[in-house]
Amino acid sequence: MISMPELPAGHVLPVLATPHQVLATRCVEVDPAAADVIQLAADLLATQRVSPGCVGLAANQVGVGWRVFSLNVSQHPKARIHHGEFVVVNPEILEATRNEKGREGCMSVPDFTGDVKRATRLTLKAFLPVTGVEVRIETDAFEARAIQHEIDHLDGFVFIDKVAGAHAIYPRQTYL
Amino acid sequence: MSSLAVTVLGHDRPGIIADATSALTDLGGNLEDTSMTLLRGHFVMTLVVSTDADAQTVRAALETKFAGADLDVIVMDLHSVEAPTTSGDSYVLSVHGADRVGIVAAITSVLASHGANITDLTTRLGGGLYIVVAEVDIPADVSVPALETAIANVATDLGVGATLRPAETDVL
Repeated sequence: MISMPELPAGHVLPVLATPHQVLATRCVEVDPAAADVIQLAADLLATQRVSPGCVGLAANQVGVGWRVFSLNVSQHPKARIHHGEFVVVNPEILEATRNEKGREGCMSVPDFTGDVKRATRLTLKAFLPVTGVEVRIETDAFEARAIQHEIDHLDGFVFIDKVAGAHAIYPRQTYL
Repeated sequence: MSSLAVTVLGHDRPGIIADATSALTDLGGNLEDTSMTLLRGHFVMTLVVSTDADAQTVRAALETKFAGADLDVIVMDLHSVEAPTTSGDSYVLSVHGADRVGIVAAITSVLASHGANITDLTTRLGGGLYIVVAEVDIPADVSVPALETAIANVATDLGVGATLRPAETDVL
């Protein structure tokens, strides 16, 4: 579990759908201790909490082009290792191994799901909002997949950019 | 034995595949490569079938089977072709953006002008978002960075995003 610093009250923000320029643009690094970054961290968590089935949210999904994402896969049946609910700033994947294909959905691509190959073992370096403390997250399975999905967002990609092939996109009836 | 291409297209309902393949089985037809899918509620399938029956017989059998159903049947003779040999690598091209006329034409024209061969392509439309995913063989003598640049330029003109990646094949 990651011990998160105390955050201010968050606001629920609208989640953008692709196509949108901010979702296709690489996000920039920011100061984890800056007041507006701290507020964004709180807003991402607030938005993630009220969105059914949402296990992670990248800053550009709420229209902000900064390298910040929130995550909480603790309730997901495919999760093995998990680090609870957290927000990190300026994340960087140090190591990613053991690729496996899995089906992904995304609040920013509400009408489709797709099969994407991702590493199932992953080491992430990132910084906590408020304190700027560096954390290393070693994880696997679904949390590893979700982290790679969020970092793709921060690099300006959605899962459609990574699908395994011409028959790896599926229409989605409902968003869960 | 000859090879036939059998295409069936029409309003979807349970049992189209069962009916069509049963009719072909009754004629001693052996299914080879097939593609069957739903396109916006319309069922479409194309089957390559090896059979001693001729195209007219197969067509008549399928039309009898589908009598009264809202389905079109096309049966064509296929002349044997040698599988094309490629000396290049397989890539996956993803394109997505706001729906508009001409995305597929523009993107595939770029691929064609570079000698890249599309082996499979699916498009999907949902909620105003248009998605194209193509599997592409790129000959060894084609510069992939140059092709990527050409695709990026066309994608920019269209206002869509495009990503070209090597297809990952795990040979066991």
